[in-house]
Amino acid sequence: MNAAAGIVAVVLVSVATLAIGTWGLRFSRTTSDFYVASRTVRPGLNASAIGGEYLSAASFLGVAGLVLVYGADMLWYPVGWTAGYLVLLVLVAAPLRRSGAYTLPDFAEARTGSRRVRGLCSLMVVAIGWLYLLPQFQGAGVTLAATTGAPLWAGPVVVAAVVLVNVGSGGMRSITFVQAFQYWLKLTALLLPAAVLLVVWMQDGHPSATPAEQSAWDLPIAGDGAIGLYTTWSLIIATFLGTMGLPHVVVRFYTNPDGRAARRTTLFVLALLGLFYLLPPVYAALGRVYAGGLADSGHGDTLVLELPGLMLSGVGADLLTGLVTAGAFAAFLSTSSGLSIAVAGVLSQDVTGRFVRGSGSPVTAFRLGVALAVLVPAVAAVGAPEVPVAKVVGLAFAVAASTFAPLLLLGIWWRGLTAAGAVAGLVVGGLGSAVSTAWTLAERHPTGWVDALLAEPAAWSVPLACLVMVGVSRATRDTVPPHVRRFLVRLHTPEAVELDRG
Amino acid sequence: MRWRRSRRSRLGGEADRATFRTLHTAGLAAPALREGLTTASATRAARHLRALLGVPALALTDDRAVLAWDGSDDHHREHAARLAQQAVASGRTTVAGPGDLDCRRTGCAVRHAIVAPIVVDDRIVGTLQAYADHSSGALVRATDEVTRWMAGQLELAELSGSRTRLAEAELRALRAQISPHFVYNSLTTIASFVRTDPDRARDLLLDFADFTRYSFRRHGDYTTLADELKSVERYLLLEQARFGDRLQVTLRIAPEVLPVVVPYLCIQPLVENAVKHGLARSDGVGRISIVAHDAGQSCVLEVEDNGAGEDPDRVRRALAGDTDQDSVGLGNVDQRLRTTFGDDHGLVVETAPGAGTKVTVRVPKFAPGVSAG
Repeated sequence: MNAAAGIVAVVLVSVATLAIGTWGLRFSRTTSDFYVASRTVRPGLNASAIGGEYLSAASFLGVAGLVLVYGADMLWYPVGWTAGYLVLLVLVAAPLRRSGAYTLPDFAEARTGSRRVRGLCSLMVVAIGWLYLLPQFQGAGVTLAATTGAPLWAGPVVVAAVVLVNVGSGGMRSITFVQAFQYWLKLTALLLPAAVLLVVWMQDGHPSATPAEQSAWDLPIAGDGAIGLYTTWSLIIATFLGTMGLPHVVVRFYTNPDGRAARRTTLFVLALLGLFYLLPPVYAALGRVYAGGLADSGHGDTLVLELPGLMLSGVGADLLTGLVTAGAFAAFLSTSSGLSIAVAGVLSQDVTGRFVRGSGSPVTAFRLGVALAVLVPAVAAVGAPEVPVAKVVGLAFAVAASTFAPLLLLGIWWRGLTAAGAVAGLVVGGLGSAVSTAWTLAERHPTGWVDALLAEPAAWSVPLACLVMVGVSRATRDTVPPHVRRFLVRLHTPEAVELDRG
Repeated sequence: MRWRRSRRSRLGGEADRATFRTLHTAGLAAPALREGLTTASATRAARHLRALLGVPALALTDDRAVLAWDGSDDHHREHAARLAQQAVASGRTTVAGPGDLDCRRTGCAVRHAIVAPIVVDDRIVGTLQAYADHSSGALVRATDEVTRWMAGQLELAELSGSRTRLAEAELRALRAQISPHFVYNSLTTIASFVRTDPDRARDLLLDFADFTRYSFRRHGDYTTLADELKSVERYLLLEQARFGDRLQVTLRIAPEVLPVVVPYLCIQPLVENAVKHGLARSDGVGRISIVAHDAGQSCVLEVEDNGAGEDPDRVRRALAGDTDQDSVGLGNVDQRLRTTFGDDHGLVVETAPGAGTKVTVRVPKFAPGVSAG
């Protein structure tokens, strides 16, 4: 494969990202053609921006690789990552917007009235952010290695450097337009090669893999029995409920002017993600035919990058490889930037802000926060063993589903939640999923139930966290915050209704 | 032995420690009393006041009814209201004996009640009643002193109450502060367009109506940045119609920060000041720029003009609340921002004579208890 195509793509995307971050999009207008009302972010644009930040290395590279190696069960990943927004749409989006919270810790504080719960939530945001950043950096390493032959540590270093410079210098703040553009870039980078490759496949006389292999591959839950069923359910719970607990997704809902717009945005996100996730299975199916070696080696993450080279040759292959590489790098950069901003925001408020005082301190504290947010997972990515990208992201979803999902669902829909209950549930859910994560990342792989329970913890950790939250809240029912009724009325009443919300 | 002596000398003698204890107990009761005399605050304070006096039971009343009872022998509670009314009528500390407190219950530790009126600003607002098995001169004196201390705390409560009322009154004044000149000038400007450009006149009139409706709004301390900026925009349209090319305005607003919640009328006064400064320039062309950009957890607002600038000392005095200055709104906006978001979020004014003025505000995207609507 021609390394130049990959290098050019990576350099182009990095330079473009830095340029946009440095000069920004400075729209200056005079009052004559300016109306504030016309500038509120439209749901369609906001949805593209959410898609741009949300579609990470796991979606761009990981899904196709997992489906190639493990078969059709793995389609639950993209299904869950999309359906998570359905749960968000029905149960969370509008009330969360009406609560006025910007981050998840903000919501926790507004609902429970407790600084302790806020602190715990901040800790969770940092943990989930780091866990989600880790596979982005690993993915960057795999991408660079596959397209340019660079060592595995080069990718994390490049992405971390670009994100550090860009976010630290104040660029890439939540500029909706830039993020919305990222979604369409990623979609194009995956759609165009897929179309070309499908044509090539048709011209080859649409060959298929050997029928014997194929039947085991495209049957979901084939042969794993009860464990396979448990794993599937657990994955569904983690992905359906985890989306609402992702720090970089939640902050984007603040941009919506009201609860109704939040719902409409979520609906658009569902459509955009549904469209995007049609593509990875196409790569997986083609990979079954043309990239049998990758499937057998178990390293599926590079499939999307290598498939054009395997199916074509010459300039066409180089161009398509360059395009998918650019898309993959756009995915790493946008998701990492969004996550670093979310994590750095929490760190600068609750950690680094305490050490830095005086004039200009918010900026210094934020920069320190960015450094912490980026460097910890980048170093971990260089040192950590190679686990499939989508699996690690799945673990981040499991942690989010075991902590923030119960807090949000009970906080929004149940009057009885107390601060003590929230703390207990967060601790139990957080510890349960964290132990599982450590176990999985440590790569001890005994087979059987222990491994299944720890590799996919959501099916037990989410109900457990909910039960603890409800139980402890019932036991401390005297301490239900006095403002809860008023708060819930505000959460569930459309803005158009005349009402004293004070 | 040495250790014991050094420890004693560090913590003081028995008398010292008694003083510390007393002050500590009084300190515990103070926060409740600072909220004024209500059932809730009285209930919280009564426990500590009883510890302070060392009596089996204690009651707090307003001038006619019982607010809180703390301690044993709850059946004496029914006497408290009558004793309070008697004390309010006489205006002096009275001691009620067993004859007044009709009680045949065995084991009841209460035989006497000392009832002291609480006098705040020459007005009796309630009574403190100490119930004990005997009454001594010392207990009467102690009750009197505690009552006087309570009166001091309650006066502080009234002070902070009147400070809040003052801030509210200032906001009301700010709402009504649309200057008569502005109304007159706007209407005259609109009138001048009626024949030459009726459509524009109509638009301006609607802008004027919307502007006044927002400014005279009665409910709510907070609003969204979008609403506040819409009002500012209408104001600027009216001023531009009047001054034409003499007033040039640039607005650069990041759409992401429009939902941020801010105190009602916190940008408007800043813009009015900027317009005033800009037009006061010698060459007569005022340039004003209003910028709002996203800064992660917060949003930064800047209102800048190229006007004559001001002496930093005068601005400092205006921010400190010196109402003699011509920029009346500045101090009020600064104060409301600080009370809403904390001392880190006041106005930052950069100015010097001849160098223009730039006012910066950093508003957090979320603050507990702050919501529009």
